[in-house]
Amino acid sequence: MTSPPLGFRETMLLGLAGLASFIGLWSFLSGSGIVPAQFLPGPLDVASRFVHLLTSPFAGATLPAHLASSFQRYAYGVLLAAAIGVPLGLLMGFFRLLDDIVTPIFDGLRFIAPIAWVPFAALWFGTGIGGPIMIIFAGAFPPCLINAYRGARFVEPRLIEAARMLGTPPSRMILEVLLPAAVPSIIAGLRVSAGLGWQSLVGAELIVAAAGVGFMMVQAQGSVQTPTVMAGMIAIGIVGMLIDILLRQGEGWLRRRRGLES
Amino acid sequence: MALVASRKTLIGGMTVIGLVGLWFVLTTFTGLVTSARFPSPAEFWLSLKQINGRGYAGSTLASHAFHSVKLVLMGFTVAVLTGVPLGLWMGWNRRVEAFINPVFLIIRPIPPLAWIPLAILWLGLGDAAKILVIWFSAFVPSVINAFTGVRNIDKPILEAARMLGTPRWRMVREVILPASLPMIFTGLRLSLQASWTTLVAAELVGALVGVGFVLNMAQQDIYPGMILVGMVTVGVLGWATTLLLARVERRALAWNVAARD
Repeated sequence: MTSPPLGFRETMLLGLAGLASFIGLWSFLSGSGIVPAQFLPGPLDVASRFVHLLTSPFAGATLPAHLASSFQRYAYGVLLAAAIGVPLGLLMGFFRLLDDIVTPIFDGLRFIAPIAWVPFAALWFGTGIGGPIMIIFAGAFPPCLINAYRGARFVEPRLIEAARMLGTPPSRMILEVLLPAAVPSIIAGLRVSAGLGWQSLVGAELIVAAAGVGFMMVQAQGSVQTPTVMAGMIAIGIVGMLIDILLRQGEGWLRRRRGLES
Repeated sequence: MALVASRKTLIGGMTVIGLVGLWFVLTTFTGLVTSARFPSPAEFWLSLKQINGRGYAGSTLASHAFHSVKLVLMGFTVAVLTGVPLGLWMGWNRRVEAFINPVFLIIRPIPPLAWIPLAILWLGLGDAAKILVIWFSAFVPSVINAFTGVRNIDKPILEAARMLGTPRWRMVREVILPASLPMIFTGLRLSLQASWTTLVAAELVGALVGVGFVLNMAQQDIYPGMILVGMVTVGVLGWATTLLLARVERRALAWNVAARD
């Protein structure tokens, strides 16, 4: 049998011990020279570089400016994915013919990693803002579509039958029956999309971009500035986490408002 | 039921035929889409013939593909062999969970792709850097799902095994592992997908051979036909390895009625 839950104190102590050994091992590896500090700077070096980058520019901009330019592309890409994926998913859930037409195409494209769209994205939309947006779109689109589709497809049949019996036209059926019923599933999909979109953005910026955190990291890699690379990783992690927390809050708020959870 | 299936297949088939027809019409017949933007079917075919015959970006398609598959399988295997036991251990022992979880929570938000520059700094453009980033990306889903698998085991099963005095290693081998196997395989599917995405990205950033490298060269040469060849290859390889994993899963879970459908 799994051991019984630990008390709060023990959990905290063990957690702190875990963090301390992680930081300790890291400091030891770089401080003792086992791994050259050039390739593995210590935690303090990375932290001080992070603070330094907040105000002084690297690769053309400060860290916050790089983040802002990344985030702009990211927001466009994810919003575009939601704006196309969610309605298309709902329509597919309602019109069987559309479902049968789109599903084979979708299944065929599903196995192509979003990042493999990079060459065409660069060719079609350039490496400025259009190309990266397309790659973020490629990463964020599938969960939007799939979850809206599942949400609409698995609506309680009685609700649809009742609405149909009352002579509801398709447009109202989709907006007033399927959409509200599918909202929890859609939101869950958006959260997955947001994560995958952020991941695709990082990939896109590593390969094609002239600004953004990913670009900053590639530049730093080129000039062997490991602390800057690691500061970039931390910045990406923090923003990704903030996005997830915000969406979780939004999801909770929506659930409470709809009375799904008290 | 058969009627529904055949209707689906019919419409699906017609869609595919329609798309191929549209491809011909847009590129070859009307030239609405120029070959600088998207290759015509003939150009795609020529690119495919070129890479299979003379080769492109240093070798033939088969050897690029072989190299990529090899790296994915190696990174994936290392991730599974380290991630699943760690997840099982964390699920089994709450002290281990309490010890590792905070570190995990700190590292997890960093997307696997963000490790690529660091991996290149550490290990260069060769295979080792790619295996490292694939390991990073495939490790997390393996751990999480193995962990969840153990935590979701029905208590009575564990209590019964314990009451019968099952020794520790038999407990792991004959109770915990089989009971969490369905969940572990869910993790493996996610891990495999992540492995492909990461490998393609890593090869696009810097490589000397592999499918991502073909894409990279084709992009630099502005060679749409070859770009399409590369993308189709990525899709086919991803599909084939997923199919293979599904086979293994069906065999491993043959005893599990719930997994059969």
